[in-house]
Amino acid sequence: MFYDQARWTDDSGDVYEPLLSEKSSKDVTIEDSPLPSSLTRDSLELPDLSEPELARHYTRLSQMNYGIESGPFPLGSCTMKYNPKFTDDISTIPAGAVHPERPDETIQGTLELLYKLQDYLGRIGGMDAVTLQPPAGAAGEFTGILIAKAFHEANGDDERTEIIIPDSAHGTNFATAALAGYDVVSIPSNDDGRVDVDALEAAVSEKTAALMLTNPNTLGLFERDIEHIAQVVHDAGGLLYYDGANLNALLGRARPGDMGFDIMHYNVHKTFATPHGGGGPGAGPVGVTERLKEFLPRPHIKRHKGGFKLYDPEQSIGKVHGFHGNWLVLVRAFAYIDRLGDAGLSDASAKAVLNANYLASQIEYEVPYGPFHHEFVASAGDQDAADVAKRMLDFGVHPPTTKWPDIVSQALMTEPTEIENRETLDQLATAFNNVVGEDTEVLEAAPNRTAARRIDQVQAARNPQLSWHALDTDE
Amino acid sequence: MSDSATPGSPFAPHTPAETQAMLDVLSVASEEELFDIPDDIKFDGNFGIQQRSEQNVRARAEKMLNRNASLTEFLGRGHYSHYIPSLVDNLSIRSEFLTSYTQYQPEVAQGFLQVLFEYQSMLVELTGLEIANCSMYDAATALGEAATLANRLRQTSGHRVLVPEVISAGRRDVLENYVGGSEMVVESYAMVDGNADLDALAEIIDDDVVMIYAENPTVRGTIEEGLTKLGKLAHDHDAIFTLGSDPVALSLLEKPSAVGADVVVGDASTLGIPTSYGMGLGIFACREKFLRQVPGRLVGISEDSAGMRAYTLTLQTREQHIRRERATSNICSNQAWVALRAAMHIAMLGPDGLVDLAKDCVTRPDELAERLDSISGVQAPVHDRYHFREFVAHTDQPAAAIVSDLAAKGFAVHQVGEHEVQVCVTETNAVSVDEFVAAFTEVA
Repeated sequence: MFYDQARWTDDSGDVYEPLLSEKSSKDVTIEDSPLPSSLTRDSLELPDLSEPELARHYTRLSQMNYGIESGPFPLGSCTMKYNPKFTDDISTIPAGAVHPERPDETIQGTLELLYKLQDYLGRIGGMDAVTLQPPAGAAGEFTGILIAKAFHEANGDDERTEIIIPDSAHGTNFATAALAGYDVVSIPSNDDGRVDVDALEAAVSEKTAALMLTNPNTLGLFERDIEHIAQVVHDAGGLLYYDGANLNALLGRARPGDMGFDIMHYNVHKTFATPHGGGGPGAGPVGVTERLKEFLPRPHIKRHKGGFKLYDPEQSIGKVHGFHGNWLVLVRAFAYIDRLGDAGLSDASAKAVLNANYLASQIEYEVPYGPFHHEFVASAGDQDAADVAKRMLDFGVHPPTTKWPDIVSQALMTEPTEIENRETLDQLATAFNNVVGEDTEVLEAAPNRTAARRIDQVQAARNPQLSWHALDTDE
Repeated sequence: MSDSATPGSPFAPHTPAETQAMLDVLSVASEEELFDIPDDIKFDGNFGIQQRSEQNVRARAEKMLNRNASLTEFLGRGHYSHYIPSLVDNLSIRSEFLTSYTQYQPEVAQGFLQVLFEYQSMLVELTGLEIANCSMYDAATALGEAATLANRLRQTSGHRVLVPEVISAGRRDVLENYVGGSEMVVESYAMVDGNADLDALAEIIDDDVVMIYAENPTVRGTIEEGLTKLGKLAHDHDAIFTLGSDPVALSLLEKPSAVGADVVVGDASTLGIPTSYGMGLGIFACREKFLRQVPGRLVGISEDSAGMRAYTLTLQTREQHIRRERATSNICSNQAWVALRAAMHIAMLGPDGLVDLAKDCVTRPDELAERLDSISGVQAPVHDRYHFREFVAHTDQPAAAIVSDLAAKGFAVHQVGEHEVQVCVTETNAVSVDEFVAAFTEVA
């Protein structure tokens, strides 16, 4: 199967779709202002188009974009699942459109829905309490690490300055630890792609605040030694943080709380099928065990006299969002979990794992390690993984995540998720296999069937043009 | 439809025969054999969550949310309601936008990249600064990012961040957490009659100040008049001047670049999203010389192999997936789709519409304050300033009683002091102003 992506050219032939500013813009002089001129700007120049022109502009642009409804999107670790339509509708129920500073007693419905979501997430993760405030996974990590820090400080244990992170972890883990003021201790993977327990034992000390771990890890491998790992970290006085990026592989099979994790974040857009929106909004609820409950962000929601109320946990870390996080995303997550229930959640993981293993078995690139859960990392061998990805676009599919983690040479990190049937998996395998052995010249010329041809990313960084104002300057 | 109609995931398409055939290819007897999990920690799948039909899920959610009291909100303080043109709702949910991922393969993401580039460009125009990223979570987290930027720019000296003593609790709280990993401390400067007290500020500023933050409009809705002096004070001490605002206010107020702002943060959720329990859209714009220190994603222009203009994420070496613990920020997922909606909203209004909306934001609170002021027991506004969208009123009655009595009559306002309430008016609640004034008259 092939397809060509829509592209648009104007008469000059040098742009695919003109910028709004190039179609029509207007410089309005500020007149008749109710403010003195010393407080106002002189003018404002912005695009000035009719609604039909805008409707065409945005429709054209949408046709130059690839989403999960355009075709398969096997981005490893990003977890691109179908986003059910009914959850969009539920997110826009008018009674849910409330201001964040309404008194508790006037928004009992909102609080009830959020309370139920807290409860669902707690059960799914094996956690005793959950906050919904973090507006993305990385914000969830930050929240979790602040909770760990507050816990240690409350114990008078403020010499714990290090966070241990496996080298295959998401980059956000490292950045989060640094933002919270910690030194990062990176530990290598062992020969079968998992945490090197000897290296971990050598790394832990009285300085260890926490270990951040993804399980299954970014190679799609379950950390089978997790109980031992938990014991090593806990014996050293540290806490175990679970990065929920790969939770979609474990639903109904294992829970972070049961594995010994003290804190975790959930990526609702990965596990609970809320839309990625081209990069967000996400939501990164954080679950904790009983002994960490009092450190959760304020406010938290609890049951109260037959209803629900907001309260401030006694030793709260404070806030990680100006108000209550990303409501429109949280409602969708609630609706998704409510729809699937035990049977649906467990089946989603079963099919995600089945699909990953099936696809791995069908492609001709080498796939080291195994057995896989939800994703696997193939190696493009002597081909450049980025070129392989561009070439795959020509076969009507979105390519996998490339060149990460770097413990696999020329990595093609692939996660088909549960939503693809066998026919689509075979189509994906064909796209991979078509590229195997292709000449460098062919690969470097790709893609050929997309809205834009191969884009020079080096030039963009060397000569940054970050607004249409910069474009004007150059002309 | 029965709640037990679908035994597995309704979004996994496998037929039993297909599943079996795939298991046969893998030479395993069941899906369970594929899970490589030690017995000790295996979970039995019983979360106690019932599976429900789509219809029942929707009915349950509607029933729950309809328990919210139906109040006409005169609420603001950082989260505002403006009318959203239908074009925004209609086109932003096109699935190619809504269901796409971060633009790691730009050749198939030109549409979203161009919208984000247009969003960045509009913020550059509104702020007068050279660089705007394509979104943070909200105003509070953007303020936190501004402080960490200031810290990177002045790593060897300085540790004080000065903020207004009257600032929303959420912003102050989040800022405290963002600076918590550094040596920085947050301190307040005094306000006089709703605006920055420049004399008091001059007293406390020294070369140890790394950043001064001000807002225009302020959290109490006043228009800040001392920005140029404030910016000069900051620069005289080599401190970063960060200004908080939003795109509606920026379309009328003096350009931040003209008053010396080095960074502009704030919330663009004022355009593009409805009241949504505080969901935000953080804006972050700054001077070009900070380019390598900017947090968050940037879209830039390049060209493709056919020589045509094309867009791509750029300067990614600042970001956490490459730079890890030395990244400028840990932000990864941002508010991209909300930024797309804000860009569409601005484009729909155009420069005339945006400026008109901003002018209304100045005149509406004045008119409403005057009407409340004529009520016995009410003085409004308490600050002798120009206002934007909202103002504070003094009430002889306890403010708590005013708030609850107004709620009983179907209206919501903020309590901001023992005898002070805050009232916000825009085109979305303007139609209810007469009833609101009547209710206020009864409870005051």
